[in-house]
Amino acid sequence: MTAAATTAEELRARVRDLLAAHPPRDTARTDFLRARFDAGLAWVHYPEGLGGLGAPRTLQAVVDAELEAAGAPGNDPRRIGIGLGMAAPTILAYGTEEQKNRFLRPLWVGEEVWCQLFSEPGAGSDLAALGTRAVRETGSGDWIVDGQKVWTSSAHTARWAILIARTDPGLPKHRGITYFLCDMHAPGVEVRPLRQITGEAEFNEVFLTGVRIPDSHRLGAVGEGWAVARTTLMNERVSIGGMRIPREGGMIAPVAAVWRERPELRTHALHQRLLELWVEAEVARLTGERLRQQLAAGQPGPEGSGMKLTFARLNQEISGLEVELLAEEGLLYEDWTMRRPELVDFTGRDAGYRYLRAKGNSIEGGTSEILLNIVAERVLGLPPEPRDDKDLAWKDLSR
Amino acid sequence: MTAPTAPTTPPTLPTAPTDLLYSGTEEELRSAVRALLADRCDAKSVLARAETGRPHDPALWHTLAVEIGAAGLLVPEKLGGQGASHREAAVVLEELGRAVAPVPYLTGAVLAAEILLGCDTSEAAPLLRELASGHTVCAPAVPLTLAPGAPLPPAVRDSGGGALTGSVTSVADAVAADVLLVLADTGLYAVPAASAELTPQVPLDLTRPLATVTLRSATGTRLADPATARAAVAGALLSGAGLLASEQLGLAEWCLTETVGHVRTRHQFNRPVGSFQALKHRLARLWLDVASARAAARAAADALATGAPDAPLTVAVAQAYCSGVAVRAAEECVQLHGGIGMTWEHPAHLYLKRAKADSLALGTAGHHRGLVADFAELPAP
Repeated sequence: MTAAATTAEELRARVRDLLAAHPPRDTARTDFLRARFDAGLAWVHYPEGLGGLGAPRTLQAVVDAELEAAGAPGNDPRRIGIGLGMAAPTILAYGTEEQKNRFLRPLWVGEEVWCQLFSEPGAGSDLAALGTRAVRETGSGDWIVDGQKVWTSSAHTARWAILIARTDPGLPKHRGITYFLCDMHAPGVEVRPLRQITGEAEFNEVFLTGVRIPDSHRLGAVGEGWAVARTTLMNERVSIGGMRIPREGGMIAPVAAVWRERPELRTHALHQRLLELWVEAEVARLTGERLRQQLAAGQPGPEGSGMKLTFARLNQEISGLEVELLAEEGLLYEDWTMRRPELVDFTGRDAGYRYLRAKGNSIEGGTSEILLNIVAERVLGLPPEPRDDKDLAWKDLSR
Repeated sequence: MTAPTAPTTPPTLPTAPTDLLYSGTEEELRSAVRALLADRCDAKSVLARAETGRPHDPALWHTLAVEIGAAGLLVPEKLGGQGASHREAAVVLEELGRAVAPVPYLTGAVLAAEILLGCDTSEAAPLLRELASGHTVCAPAVPLTLAPGAPLPPAVRDSGGGALTGSVTSVADAVAADVLLVLADTGLYAVPAASAELTPQVPLDLTRPLATVTLRSATGTRLADPATARAAVAGALLSGAGLLASEQLGLAEWCLTETVGHVRTRHQFNRPVGSFQALKHRLARLWLDVASARAAARAAADALATGAPDAPLTVAVAQAYCSGVAVRAAEECVQLHGGIGMTWEHPAHLYLKRAKADSLALGTAGHHRGLVADFAELPAP
C-alpha cells in the first residue's frame, strides 16, 4: 500500500492519473465515479480503500477544482445529500468493515440513494421518544420492525435508509434504542407521499409492517442507537450550515435582481427592509466564512451551531419581502400541481414557492427552538430546564 | 426532511479575500491590553472618574499609549510608530470596548493618526511622531457624529492670515487633547488646545466626554491644503467607522458574558433564571448576533488593513450591523439584570450609554445602510 497522499501536489498528480486512465469523454458517468472512488479521490479525508486517502478535509477543494476543470462528471451531491451528509459519516464512525465496504461506494457514486427514518408522528423535536419497535426473532437473530416514520425526504427514490427503533421499552427513552440500516425494498416497507404547503410532495410517510432486518445491518451495539444517532444529527446540522456562498448569493440574489431591474416596484419602506436584509445576509456570509477559516486552522468554534438558525430566519424574511416587492405578481403562484421531486430546487421556482418552502428551514434538521436550546446549554452553559422524563422507562411516559 | 443546499449565483460584486481570524501577535496584544485594563480600569474606577466629570485617566493612557505602544499602531515605523495595521488597532478597540475604557484611543490613535497620515506632508510628520510616541494627544475637531460619505462641515473659517474662527460642537475627547486638528476652509490646521476655548457638554456617554470647541482668531500650523485635508478627513472617517465596529463588538461581548453569568446564578421560582427557555432563547440569539458582529468587525478591520477595494462597503456593512448589536446587547444586559440593571452602582448603564452613543458616532446604522445602497447598487425609489 502506498503512503497516504497529503499534499495538494500529490493529489493533483493522482487526479491526472485518474483522468488519463479514464478520460471523462470516453467513460460512462457511473464508471468514472467508481474509478474516482477507487482512486481515493471521492472524499479525500476518508480512509484508503473507502474512497479517500486520509488527507486533510480541506484538500477536497483541490481535487474538486481539478476535476471540474477537466469536465469530469460529479456525483450530484444534492440528489444524494442525506447519504453523503448523514449516512456516510455515521457508517464510517460506527460501521463494521463489512458494512463500510458494502455501503460507502454505491452511496458516494449515487447508485444507491439513502433516506433517514428518524422522525415519527409522536417523536419530532423529542426524537428519543420514538415508538417504532424492533424485536429480535429467536432462532434467525433477525430484527422485525413495526412502526411509522414521517417527513422522510427521498424515501420514494431511496434504496437504503438509516433507521432508529426501540429495542427495549423498559429502559428510559434515550437508552433502549438501536440503529439499523434498512432495505427500502424489503417487504413491509410502504412509502406514501406527504403533500406539503408548496403543493408538492418532497417528503413522505413510511409505514413499516413486519419488516425483517438482518442483525448484520445493525449499526453499533444493541441499545446504543442514540449515541449513533447523535453522530448523524451533528453531521446533519454541519452540512446545513456549512455551505459556502458568494456575496449576494443565496436568497438575497433574486430579490436584489428584481430591485435593480424593476424600478417601478420600489418603495421607501421596502428599500429600508431590503438594505437591512442585504446587510444581514452579507454578515451571515462573513460569519460562515469565518467559521470555515476557523475549521481550516484547526480552531473549531461554536458558531456552526448557529449558522442554521441564521439562514432559516434570513431565508424566511427575505422570501417574504420578495413576495411583497412583486406587488400584483406576488398574489400569484406558479403551479400547484402535486409532484414528487427528486431534489429540492430552492431558487429555481417563483417567489411564492421560495416563501412557502423557506417555512421549513426553521423546522427541518432540528427546529430553531431546539437549536436555540442547544446554543444556550452547550455554548453559553445555561442550565437545562427541569425534566421528569430522564429516568422513567419509555413505556411509562405519558403519550 | 432535509434542508436543501444553498443555491449559488455568480457574485455581482467583487469580493476581496479576507482573513477573519486573529493572529498570534494580535492575541498577544490583546492579552497585554486586557491585563492592563483588568488591573487599572475596573468598572468601579471608571464610574468614580466619570462622576468627577473628568473621566480620562492620564496614567492609564500613558501605559497603554507609551508602554504598550498602542498610540502608534497605525503609524509606520519610519514615522516613529509601530507599523502595525488596522487589524491590531481593532483588537485594542475590542478590549477598550469591553472595559468602556475612558481613553482617547479612537479619536487620537485612530482618527487623528489617520488624518495626519492622509496629509502626508512634512508639516504633519513631526506631529505624527509625537502622537505615535504617546506623549501628545491629538483630537480631530469634528462632531463625533460626522460620518464617512457625509458632507464635511465648513464650521471654521480662516478670517485672514491663518486666524481661525468658528465653533464645533460634540467634539469627543477634546478635553484630553494637547492638539486639535481643525478642518477650516483654507486647509487643515494643528491648533494647540490651549489656544481654543473648550466648553464641556454633558454627554450621554459618561466615558467619552464631549465639548464645544470655539476658536476666536486662533492660530495653528497649517498641515494640508483644502483638497488634501478633506480627503484625509474622509479617509480617517472610513477607518474610524470600520474600527468602531470592533469597539462595539467588545462592548457587546462584555454585556453578553456578564448577563449569562448573572442568569446562571440568580435564582427565582427555586431555579436559576437562566434555566427558563424564554431567557435561554434570548441569550442564544444574542450570542449569535455577537458571533456575527465579530465576523463583520473582523472583515472591516482586514479590509482596511489590506486596502481592499471593497473596504468602503465592508465598513458600511460592519457599522450597519454592529451598532445595533451593541445597543441590543447593552439593553438586554440591563433588562435581564432586573432591578440591579437599573442601578447607578452596577456598570450596565455605562455600557448602555456607550453603546447608544456609539450608534450615533461616525454615522448611524441608517446612514451606513444608505452607503450600502450606493455600493451594492440598490438605489432608493
